Amino acid sequence: MRWLRERSKVQLAAVAAAVLLLLALLPPFIGVYQTQLLTYGLIAAIAALGFNLLLGYTGLLSFGHSAFFGIGAYTVAFLARDAGIHSMELYILLGLPISALLSALFGYISVRHTRIFFGILTLALSQVLYSLAYKLFWVTGGSDGLRVPRPTLLAGLVSFSGPGSFLRFVNSYYYYVLAVFAVCVVVMWVIVHSPFGKALQAIRDNEVRAAFLGLRISRFRWVAFLISGTFTSLAGILWVPLNGLTTPEILYWPFSGEIVFTALLGGFRNFSGPIVGGIVFTYLKTYAVATTEYWQLLLGVVLVMLILVLPTGIVGAVSRLADRLKAKGKS
Amino acid sequence: MSILVIQILNSLFYASVLFLIAAGLSLIFGVMRIVNMAHGTLYAVGAYVTAWLMGKAIALGVPLGWLFLLLPVGAGVVALAGFVIEPLLLRPFYRRAEEYQLLVTFGLLLILEDVIRFLWGGMPITADTLQDVVPIMHIGGLVYPGYNLVVIGIGALAAIGLWAGIYRTKFGVMLRATSQDRRMASALGINVGLVYMSAFAIGCFMAGLGGAIIVPSQAAVLGMGVDALILAFVVVVIGGLGSLQGALVGALIVSFVRTAGIQFFPEIELAVLYLIAAIVLLIKPTGLFGNA
Repeated sequence: MRWLRERSKVQLAAVAAAVLLLLALLPPFIGVYQTQLLTYGLIAAIAALGFNLLLGYTGLLSFGHSAFFGIGAYTVAFLARDAGIHSMELYILLGLPISALLSALFGYISVRHTRIFFGILTLALSQVLYSLAYKLFWVTGGSDGLRVPRPTLLAGLVSFSGPGSFLRFVNSYYYYVLAVFAVCVVVMWVIVHSPFGKALQAIRDNEVRAAFLGLRISRFRWVAFLISGTFTSLAGILWVPLNGLTTPEILYWPFSGEIVFTALLGGFRNFSGPIVGGIVFTYLKTYAVATTEYWQLLLGVVLVMLILVLPTGIVGAVSRLADRLKAKGKS
Repeated sequence: MSILVIQILNSLFYASVLFLIAAGLSLIFGVMRIVNMAHGTLYAVGAYVTAWLMGKAIALGVPLGWLFLLLPVGAGVVALAGFVIEPLLLRPFYRRAEEYQLLVTFGLLLILEDVIRFLWGGMPITADTLQDVVPIMHIGGLVYPGYNLVVIGIGALAAIGLWAGIYRTKFGVMLRATSQDRRMASALGINVGLVYMSAFAIGCFMAGLGGAIIVPSQAAVLGMGVDALILAFVVVVIGGLGSLQGALVGALIVSFVRTAGIQFFPEIELAVLYLIAAIVLLIKPTGLFGNA
């Protein structure tokens, strides 16, 4: 049986490489706007990937992940304004430890509870940040937010100024985000398939049994929270230069709802669910906003229908369909 | 001195409205174990319906005193919406994981927010005529709208009415029985489906009434529901989800802290409230009065 498992790993790597290659080849064919949109999609996928370590693998529904996205975004904005830093690598290198620290703090408080209380606690904590970002306008710009100029990439090798810089930025930044995205997917894959990831799933499925096995449950949940928050912060860090502006909106709790929506759309019981969800949600929202004034209504109906008809999300439904076809082919 | 009196009255005014919203939220959670994220938006619907009806009534030349009758009408419309929403949207999800229940109400929130925008547009609607019907009071040398006292009175009446309804009537017994053990209640012959529907509708009525009584002093605007929901969450977290006393005490605490906050530390007023909620959850996860 060993060769079978090895083979499936090789197959998986091949599929992942093919998808990556496809994503890398896309930009010349789809134009600037679509490239930009796809970048947003990949960023949303990173956020949802992080979020899903908690919901899908640990069984904790956070309704406050906007906090981490916002921590990442505002950290970059402060670094650009107050420290005069304009290098993407420095943003990431300095932003990640700060985000990890704050995630650890939020997690330390939140993981004392589970279920609905966990959700409300994360929500309350995220709203502390929202109201601070909104009210302390001399620090955060209030509802106007903070502007972030385009940073240099690859330690200053690639910089953007002069005519046509927007186009160059969108293209280069796409590949930059794609590379970070690939790293994130690999890291997350390793995490959820490690003994640590297995322990999280054991805790999710049966807390009491996991405790009898000697697992320190709250410690595991805490670390999962830390990783989850840091991933979502990284998405915030990547998002700001592309958006050029950060406002308290991304800290407000309905944005947390969107992150939950994203994971659910793709399917939170699958590893690839949040990735698909992030990209699909970005397109869904963009087109809903473009076509109708009542895009929230559309999203709401989609959400309710999704829960009613496709509770396992897009990926879950597709894989079930594939299984059924396979079974039919055999008989 | 008179400023202090006015600040206390302001706190009680906010507490009345907050209590109405939070008590409904708490009642729905207590009976159905669902945290209704659309609750704030139902409050907004109450405010919009009432303001709209008042505009129509004034255009028709209805005597101003009669406008008070529109307050329960606005709340009643929201209750009717509740009667439709519960069997249609919520009932299919009772057997599902609570993540799904939470998300369905989040979907409902998105839908209702846009229904409001569709029906009444993006401009705020006011109904301040009713505020002018009640004479202005003089406290010390300062003027204060007498209407606020009416709101405080309605809040107090609602608290007493809800308490009497839950602890002193047969329906209240059925409600509490269902809340404690759904299957046992059902085995004893209680129509659990009807109890769920009524509990949800009563919760909606309370939220709608909250919206109806605030709209004469504050215009109905988009997003008012989303803001109100978070404050109601803070109230029920402090007081305890599913507890009526908790909603009352929580609403009073939040209102007084807010009024003090606006006066003394306006920048961090909301942050302080959320921090209080987080601290209460840490020390006593079930809230001050919760036992679930």
